[in-house]
Amino acid sequence: MSFWSRIVNIVRGDRLNREIDEEIQPHIEEAIEHGRDPAEAHRSFGPLLSRREESRDIRLIAWLDSLRADAVLGYRQLTKRKVTSAAAILSLALAIGACTSAFRLIDALLLRPLPVANPGQLYALLREGSNLVDDKPFKGDMWPYPSFRLMRAAVKGQAELLAISYAARMDLSYKSDAEIEKATVQYVSGWMFDSFGLRPSAGRLLTENDDLKPGARPYAVLSHDYWKRRFAQDRRAIGRTFRMGDTLFEIVGIGPAPFTGTETGTVTDIFIPTMMHPGVTRDDWTWMRTLARVYPGVAMEPLRARLDASSHAFEEERAKGFKDETRESIERFLAQKVVLEPAAAGASGLQQNYRVSLIAIGILVALVLLIACANVANLLTAQAASRAREMALRVSIGAGRWRLVQLVLVESAWLALLAATLGAAFAWWSAPFVVSRINPPDNPVRLTLPADWRVLAFGLALTLGVTLLFGLAPALRASATRPASALKGGSDPHARGRLMHALIAVQVAFCFLVLFVAGLFAATFDRLSHRPMGFSTERLLTLDTVADRAEAPVFWDQVADHLRTVPGVETVALSGWPLLSGGSWNGFVSVNGAPLGSVLAYFLSISPGWIDAMKIRFVDGRDFRANDTSPGVAIVNETFVKQFFPDGRPIGQSIAKGDGVYQVVGVVRDVPYKDIHEPILPAVYVPFHSVDAKGASRPIRGSAFLVRTSSANPLALASTLRREVPRARPEFRVSNVRTQADLVLAQTVRERLLAMLALFFAGVALLLAGIGLYGVLDYSVLQRRREIGIRMAIGAQAGHIARRVTADVFRMVLTGAVAGVALGIASARYIETLLYQVKATELGLLALPALGILLTASLAAVPAVIRAVRIDPATILRSE
Amino acid sequence: MPKPDSLQGSLDLLVLKILSRRPRLHGYAIMSAIKDWSGDVLRAEEGSLYPALHRMEVAGWIRAEWITKDTGRRARIYQLTAAGKKQLATEESRWEAVTAAVNRVLRAV
Repeated sequence: MSFWSRIVNIVRGDRLNREIDEEIQPHIEEAIEHGRDPAEAHRSFGPLLSRREESRDIRLIAWLDSLRADAVLGYRQLTKRKVTSAAAILSLALAIGACTSAFRLIDALLLRPLPVANPGQLYALLREGSNLVDDKPFKGDMWPYPSFRLMRAAVKGQAELLAISYAARMDLSYKSDAEIEKATVQYVSGWMFDSFGLRPSAGRLLTENDDLKPGARPYAVLSHDYWKRRFAQDRRAIGRTFRMGDTLFEIVGIGPAPFTGTETGTVTDIFIPTMMHPGVTRDDWTWMRTLARVYPGVAMEPLRARLDASSHAFEEERAKGFKDETRESIERFLAQKVVLEPAAAGASGLQQNYRVSLIAIGILVALVLLIACANVANLLTAQAASRAREMALRVSIGAGRWRLVQLVLVESAWLALLAATLGAAFAWWSAPFVVSRINPPDNPVRLTLPADWRVLAFGLALTLGVTLLFGLAPALRASATRPASALKGGSDPHARGRLMHALIAVQVAFCFLVLFVAGLFAATFDRLSHRPMGFSTERLLTLDTVADRAEAPVFWDQVADHLRTVPGVETVALSGWPLLSGGSWNGFVSVNGAPLGSVLAYFLSISPGWIDAMKIRFVDGRDFRANDTSPGVAIVNETFVKQFFPDGRPIGQSIAKGDGVYQVVGVVRDVPYKDIHEPILPAVYVPFHSVDAKGASRPIRGSAFLVRTSSANPLALASTLRREVPRARPEFRVSNVRTQADLVLAQTVRERLLAMLALFFAGVALLLAGIGLYGVLDYSVLQRRREIGIRMAIGAQAGHIARRVTADVFRMVLTGAVAGVALGIASARYIETLLYQVKATELGLLALPALGILLTASLAAVPAVIRAVRIDPATILRSE
Repeated sequence: MPKPDSLQGSLDLLVLKILSRRPRLHGYAIMSAIKDWSGDVLRAEEGSLYPALHRMEVAGWIRAEWITKDTGRRARIYQLTAAGKKQLATEESRWEAVTAAVNRVLRAV
């Protein structure tokens, strides 16, 4: 008989019993026919039941059979109490699903190795220093190419360095310029593919030969993903050309399927050699990351020191040419240190932005899971109490200790398994949902979220862990049943109560922590989105516009004039880029011929009327006029005045940046420049018309039109304006249309996501804690109904009874809340970077969760208290 | 009366040997054969015979099937498998070695 049929025999146990009986029965009959005494013949088999057991155990696997029996029994136990089981399973499912989902995100963004050869050897080169503006430590991953070249030569033989630009959405066209489309482009070292051990899906990949001379080889490799999306895997895509900027690129091959670039969270469409980047020879243009593949056996510290020395020498040489910098800023700049950070999972801004957030959310959902586990443990403990007699009976008819542990654990495993199945469905849906929420406009986050063995293994481990977490204590307790005392009608009921109460305290502490952190995130989002902007986003549309080649400012004015004639347009103005779009131009300035200040000022070129269109208020002075030029005149903001003109009278005074001198003609209210998380920066607005030293107009390649529309929804005009720009001048085209309101919203994407997720889980945690409290109180009333009955019989008041019933639990709630406050304040500093003007010690933020928990606890206590005071002493005492 | 002990360690051997000479026997017939062929000296207890049969079945030495006898009674009959034949040879030589050794001890006195 095979192992398999022994397993099969387990599920057809009844038939097996019948077969064994059927074989023995004729034997007895035959023996009697041959003259044996019937009684003796029967006796010879011994107790038939045990003979059957013995034969049966041989023909199947005993432990598996008992497991089956327990599984059946456990399932019956679950279905017997449908509501409580469903509540337990649902709460666990939500928590397990959320944990799995968080794991999927953390894994995809931070842990999963890139699909390249030996990803463990990859490191990212960063520069560590302190920030000039606020003195905070910072890490930068931006490098200029010439420095990269020197470093690469310095560590030759020990590590291979790779230059990889930031992935950028670029305009390109495969046919005429009229059909511009966007693609995510990355400039990469030609030898990257070789170093990653990648093979082409079709055609060829870039090589070192493609990346030797600036501008020499305009070749492109498509990612497999893009090839599939854009060309439906047509092999004829190879050899096609596209125009990007002034250059015509030829597609030479397709990358391998799983590889989508090294910037986790972005799928690169097109790879181009670094030598095609306009900044490849510039030592003051930092546009790329540097990755290092460190060869096996190379010591890290000497390697780091070499890179550091090379980078330092390069920057020192470069600093000799600095004119507009203070000595302090130069010193601080040169004090930067090169560090290597593991980059097996790639290197991206998304990782930097969301690392702490994801881990924080992961911890929150883990806490919710623990709360759910505590609930289920309490539920099982309460049930174990009602099953104490059953357990005692099992022990007295010979069930072993382990068998009882197994019995209860199997029941827990049922709960966990059902919950895990539901949770998997939840995780399936929720992880992509969360990713879809971190989409800033026009820059879709694309995170591959495969559901493979890593996720499966995590899910299984989680389920197992959860089973043990909430099942082990009740199981061990059940196995310790002493039949004599249990059958007598009650062992020590307080032992059980103590466990349940301790769990309540833990639950409340965790619940407080979740609520508190959610409160911090919500307050951050609230304060950030209600921060005074100083400008109005109402009906404002921004058109990022580029010209085929740099065009004189007058032509830009012509386009603006044309747009003013479009019906539905109220105002049109121009600026270098829209506020809060990420664009930035800064420098040190000197005031009235004094030496350079130590604070960076931020510049933006604007046309006359721009300040009005943004509805920024003038504090003093006037707007630019049509004949104002840069350098020449400037408008500054209030923070600039505070910083540089302590006397408070800036109008008519002069500021200098480099060789340019500006006379201040106006002062405007503060508005955020590039990031609403930052304090207001000292800002200098300069005229859109800029001239060189000889007074000739400087042509402009790209700028942003600011359009205030008359209709409430500015996007309704977007396509019209897109069409009208080239109609005014054919060499101009719009590359991106956004509302100013969207730009502001995009600033708070992370905060909104965090607040939303945290508040959701705070709600879940509160609900679970409430259910848990209700269960424990209800159980304790049930346990103490005799005592309560007696108390009432001898004249206790209802209020007294209510206090007695709830006092213990409320003491635990308070203990938990105090522990929660301590935990909250201690943990807040780990998420400091995610907060905006929110302090962990704010009374309101501490009081609100405490109040929420107290309220929930009071609500949860109501049914139990009602039950307690309604106890009829006569009935209770009679039934015992 | 022969004691069950008399079969200690040799029940498997006897069952296999009987089935090798007379295949397709049911439990009662095997028990009778042990009794008859040993001249009423050996006797297999039902309590040990059936578990032994089931154990050997799981081990793959014998194969069981249900038949309907002429009397209309259903019976579970057993026969040797190839593995069973091999096992029989092993058990037989082991038995011979043991009895020879026991004999040598007895004669050495």
